[in-house]
Amino acid sequence: MTDTPTPDDGLLPSAPGTTPDPVQRGERHGMFGATAGADTSGYGGLVSPILFPGAAVRPYGGGFDELADAIEATSAAGAITRTVIDRGEMTIFVRREDLPAVMQALRDEPSLRFELCLSVSGVNYPTDAGAELHVVYHLMSITHGCRRLRVEVTVPDSDPRVPSVVSTYPAADWHERETWDMFGIIFDGHPALTRILMPDDWPGHPQRKDYPLGGIPVEFKGGSVPPPDQRRSYN
Amino acid sequence: MSTQSTDSSVFESADFDSHETPDIFAAPGEDAGARVFTAQGGDWDDIVGDVGSLPEERIVVNMGPQHPSTHGVLRLILELEGETVTEARAGIGYLHTGIEKNMEFRTWVQGVTFCTRMDYVMPLFTETAYCLAVEKLLGITDEVPERASAIRVLMMELNRITSHLVCMGTGGMEMGATTVMTVGFRERERILSIFEMISGLRMNHAYIRPGGVAQDLPAGSIQAIREMMPLLRKGFHELELLMNENPILKGRTVGVGYLDLAGCMALGVTGPVLRSAGLPHDLRKAAPYCGYENYDFDVVTRTGADAYDRLRNRIDEMYQSLDIIEQVIDVLQGHAGPVMVADKKIAWPAQLAIGSDGMGNSLAHIKEIMGTSMESLIHHFKLVTEGFRVPPGQAYAAVESPKGELGCHLVSDGGTRPFRAHFREPSFNNLQAVAAMCEGSQVADVIVAVASIDPVMGGVDR
Repeated sequence: MTDTPTPDDGLLPSAPGTTPDPVQRGERHGMFGATAGADTSGYGGLVSPILFPGAAVRPYGGGFDELADAIEATSAAGAITRTVIDRGEMTIFVRREDLPAVMQALRDEPSLRFELCLSVSGVNYPTDAGAELHVVYHLMSITHGCRRLRVEVTVPDSDPRVPSVVSTYPAADWHERETWDMFGIIFDGHPALTRILMPDDWPGHPQRKDYPLGGIPVEFKGGSVPPPDQRRSYN
Repeated sequence: MSTQSTDSSVFESADFDSHETPDIFAAPGEDAGARVFTAQGGDWDDIVGDVGSLPEERIVVNMGPQHPSTHGVLRLILELEGETVTEARAGIGYLHTGIEKNMEFRTWVQGVTFCTRMDYVMPLFTETAYCLAVEKLLGITDEVPERASAIRVLMMELNRITSHLVCMGTGGMEMGATTVMTVGFRERERILSIFEMISGLRMNHAYIRPGGVAQDLPAGSIQAIREMMPLLRKGFHELELLMNENPILKGRTVGVGYLDLAGCMALGVTGPVLRSAGLPHDLRKAAPYCGYENYDFDVVTRTGADAYDRLRNRIDEMYQSLDIIEQVIDVLQGHAGPVMVADKKIAWPAQLAIGSDGMGNSLAHIKEIMGTSMESLIHHFKLVTEGFRVPPGQAYAAVESPKGELGCHLVSDGGTRPFRAHFREPSFNNLQAVAAMCEGSQVADVIVAVASIDPVMGGVDR
């Protein structure tokens, strides 16, 4: 979150349905995101934080309160560290050691009944200290009219271990293997955690942000084309 | 393996007189652990005779990744007890392209040109899922013009038909029914010409863009679609006559590749496979997007949960798609309007037009940016080279593709390109069901079961 104090800091409760404390994950420099001295705009010293939506304030609105009540009524309630409501989607952040119990409750409780674990994917935030790797699960409940829920687990780069949910959702099998292959996140308890897209002897995990892109040396009169992550570009 | 077709030195050194060879695909020094037979040409009876000389019945067969009936570079590892499959595993990754990683180094608009190449049989669905997710991140979902949504529906439903035709055509060919294939591809060709007319390309369209579509329908396209509809109906009927009550086809497909509702739920299987198990789940009805709630159509279900019912479901879905197309072209014909959001900070600045030398930049637009307005030129340049910025956060958007739920999970860090793009590909997920569908069945049924899932390896490996 930002360091700038707001006028109502600590005085007034935050407005319902808002996300007052955004989570800072890194910062941007300069005007156009150009790196390596390429910013000639005169605003090269500009620093702005990258703010992701923070924990939402009850009532959430949009039918999410009913879902939140149902989750809080189960044993999973204590495992949730943050609930984010953003762009019409609900995300719960779960402590990793509690993930299997939470998933079991989400699937089996009649008021929740998330039958489908549609997708497991990883996201690498290198600047999110202590939570560099996120595992994101997308669940859907057909029983409750295509209700969707995103479950997110964060792990540090130094200990990239998450309990597997394959025993609850067999569909997560290949998705977890792909996340291991691409991000190097180890899913404890997975029946056969092997690489799935890359060859078995491939070094590194390609979708991590620190993975070098290499590129193909295309040379023309002494020049060569650098890989995309080393090119001068806007972002 | 026939000894003539391989490097003779292997055989001279090993002094083999039969089809048993050292594993020519093994790494140097790798021990295969068992006797290896390679079937590539030669007389099949010889190989069978050699395998029959083994003391045990149990053999492990590697089918693919270059086998003609495994739907592309899919590798199936089958453990056989005689003709019965006791264990089946699918090996994927032979077509991995790293598209998701590539998208992190291109602008949000350029992302469309990448994701359209994932599942090349249903490119317009991947494009739509991606664009819906970008629009959700931008918060402009409600600002997408109705005409753009209607064009998306039109293109997706046409694409649903082509995807189902490829599924049935290749599936038929794998079972030996080449006429099914020729009829299927003949009908698909009609729709591909419509795609070419509208987007300029037969595949890899990059036609659906964040905020709308690349350009409006060209003159005469609705007329061309109207003229095509009766021909398509006739072609579908021909397919029905060929397949629906065909005793050979029924013998190959009824009760084969069985996966009941509990299996579908556990394995996250959606689409025609789930609907063949009796659950009428279709995102177009359950969570409408692009204005699907305005069109009248039925969700087709059957209860056999086998390859035959999936096939019948697909044929019926093609008829439903025709119904939707008829409704949507009525909407499109009556209402002209914009096909891109009004926000000029997001909408793609260039417009295409047909000139004397083919399609290119619209002359009116070139005249404006080069001749009359320097600000327009700057604006055009900035949007095309730098792109637009998307507020930080994440979004997931899903569409009902011909193969099941196709989802796109996007993360933005406020930059001009995706921080992370992940696609939930139905082919990838549904291939997990191969083991459940095939174990305990005959080898020949494996082909039918895999064809009934309709995997496309471009989508599986991404």
